[in-house]
Amino acid sequence: MAAKQRRSPLLVTVSTGLVLLWIVVASFPFLWTLWGSFKVQADFFSLADWRNALRGTFTTVQTGSAFTGQGYYGAWVQEEFWRAAMNTFIVVFCVVIISLTFGTLGGYALARSGFRYTFWLLMIALVFRAMPHITLVSGYLLPFFQWNVWGHLPTAIIVLVAINQPFTLWMLHSFFLNIPKDLDESAMVDGCTRFQAFRHVIVPVMWPGVITTGLFSFLLAYNDFAVTAMLLSQQNQTMIPKIASFLGSTQVEGNVMFAVAAVVSATAPLFVLILFFQRQIVSGLTAGAVKG
Amino acid sequence: MKHRTFFWFIFPSALAMILFIALPVVSVFIQSLHVEHEQVLRTVENCGPFGCEEETIVDREATRELREAQPLGRFAGFSNYTDRNHLAIEEIRSMWERSDSFADFTRRAMTLPFWRAMAFTLTFTFVVTPLVLILGLAIALGVNSLPRIYRGPTIFVSLLPMIVTPLIGSLVLYWMVDSRGVLGSFLQTIANDPELSLRASPTLTWIMLIVYGVWSSAPFAFIVFYAGLQTVPEEPLEAAMIDGANRWQRVRYVVIPHLMPLAIFITLMQLMDNFRVFEPIVGFQAQASATSLSFNIFNYLRGDAAQFGAAATTSMLTILGVVVLLTPVLIRTWRDFNRKRH
Repeated sequence: MAAKQRRSPLLVTVSTGLVLLWIVVASFPFLWTLWGSFKVQADFFSLADWRNALRGTFTTVQTGSAFTGQGYYGAWVQEEFWRAAMNTFIVVFCVVIISLTFGTLGGYALARSGFRYTFWLLMIALVFRAMPHITLVSGYLLPFFQWNVWGHLPTAIIVLVAINQPFTLWMLHSFFLNIPKDLDESAMVDGCTRFQAFRHVIVPVMWPGVITTGLFSFLLAYNDFAVTAMLLSQQNQTMIPKIASFLGSTQVEGNVMFAVAAVVSATAPLFVLILFFQRQIVSGLTAGAVKG
Repeated sequence: MKHRTFFWFIFPSALAMILFIALPVVSVFIQSLHVEHEQVLRTVENCGPFGCEEETIVDREATRELREAQPLGRFAGFSNYTDRNHLAIEEIRSMWERSDSFADFTRRAMTLPFWRAMAFTLTFTFVVTPLVLILGLAIALGVNSLPRIYRGPTIFVSLLPMIVTPLIGSLVLYWMVDSRGVLGSFLQTIANDPELSLRASPTLTWIMLIVYGVWSSAPFAFIVFYAGLQTVPEEPLEAAMIDGANRWQRVRYVVIPHLMPLAIFITLMQLMDNFRVFEPIVGFQAQASATSLSFNIFNYLRGDAAQFGAAATTSMLTILGVVVLLTPVLIRTWRDFNRKRH
């Protein structure tokens, strides 16, 4: 394009500089924390000189080498972070599977029904989507205490599924709108029921949209703090509330490094997720936008 | 699709939403009309060698029984809404009368928990949202003019702050700006003030939280704008160029109008998400200088003496705020929907 060749060098410098600055701002905190998680507290939170964190002065004095796995050992073995990681895995896995099952059925129905109430259902879903999760949690606590279901993993799972539904419905609804109507309608002309048409014609072609939606369900369940912190008992805690509970016990020298190590451990799966699914995440973010 | 089939398809999803979103709202409303039982007092007579005296003590047994029998507490009508911890109508009125200036009134009103949280939540929402839009657009324009091979890695790095768990993201920043962290000591050197601590100053804490908000949400705006930039039509751009428009004018009069619907979408999402700001306050341990509505609810609920009535009242007021925030959007969508039907 002609315009690209005629740009002034000043503009190129400014815009490249801005992007470079942003890359540093976006990535440096993570790199720094990753680096620091292999140090002792006196280095990562250095009173005297921040360069201690680079050189590992105190780490060398205390452990004999410039890097240490003490934080990780303390978090995973001593404080049993593996238990929280396992709970997180169970919760996230179940939430993704259940909310996708419910969501595909509902989203398909919303996309194929032209009645006025579909609009109202979508609008109600939008309002539900906007509700802060903690306001709902304050409604759960008393009934859950009464019915004796507080503190168990299944409770948190079903609550997260429900909270996830509005978003899943919107996303899959707009995705199913893009699948031509003729496809399932011709199957019904051939004598399939609506469900058979869905099962044999739509299910085989819906996976790209379902995977994208699944990624966002995963993120919602994985990143949740409000619900899991309030609804799970101590031994059923997932990773994020567990990290928050590390913060309460930071008076003892070195304990804050448990939290740092746990934070790095909890970020790793997200990092891998972006590595493999960058394209799907980007298309999912823009899907809602293009539809308006 | 027939009503019957529609019903069965939507049933699981709708049931989940009714049970765990709609009914809890009702439950929240009922709770907000109740307050915790007061402690049961009992008068006992203590007789000693110098005669008898009456004494009032707390009957722990009876209090516990009463609280177990009626966990909701006692009915209090709308008094929760008007008390000092929420709308504080009485307090606001008397403060208004006693303050000699508007600044003085604001300073006094900031001691009321609900209004304090409201002030921060609204400031956060309406400062972060426009900043996110501007920064996102700037990055998108910058990345769009990069050679193609650098774009993928840039997007990869940019996704990190957005996708990472809010609590983790805020902790990562918090540890850096802590007075013993790398940015904290850097700022101390710049300001030449070894005592400088972001946590000690309310203003700096607010700025820190807003910086976190922009940092974590800008990637979202960037990605959406970047996708929009790929679809800017060529002809108007070339026509503008022939008419002598410079680069800035082309951005202003061709690109930005094209991106307008996307900007509205981002604004809507950002308003919803920023209004429920919560995790950063926990992560930054900023409750001394800044609280949000969501944080207040969390605070009422945790601990041994959970105040369900107060939490529910704040929740109801928050939901009301969400509805007010969304009303313009709902009206607009309703008009669009009707236009499409006819």
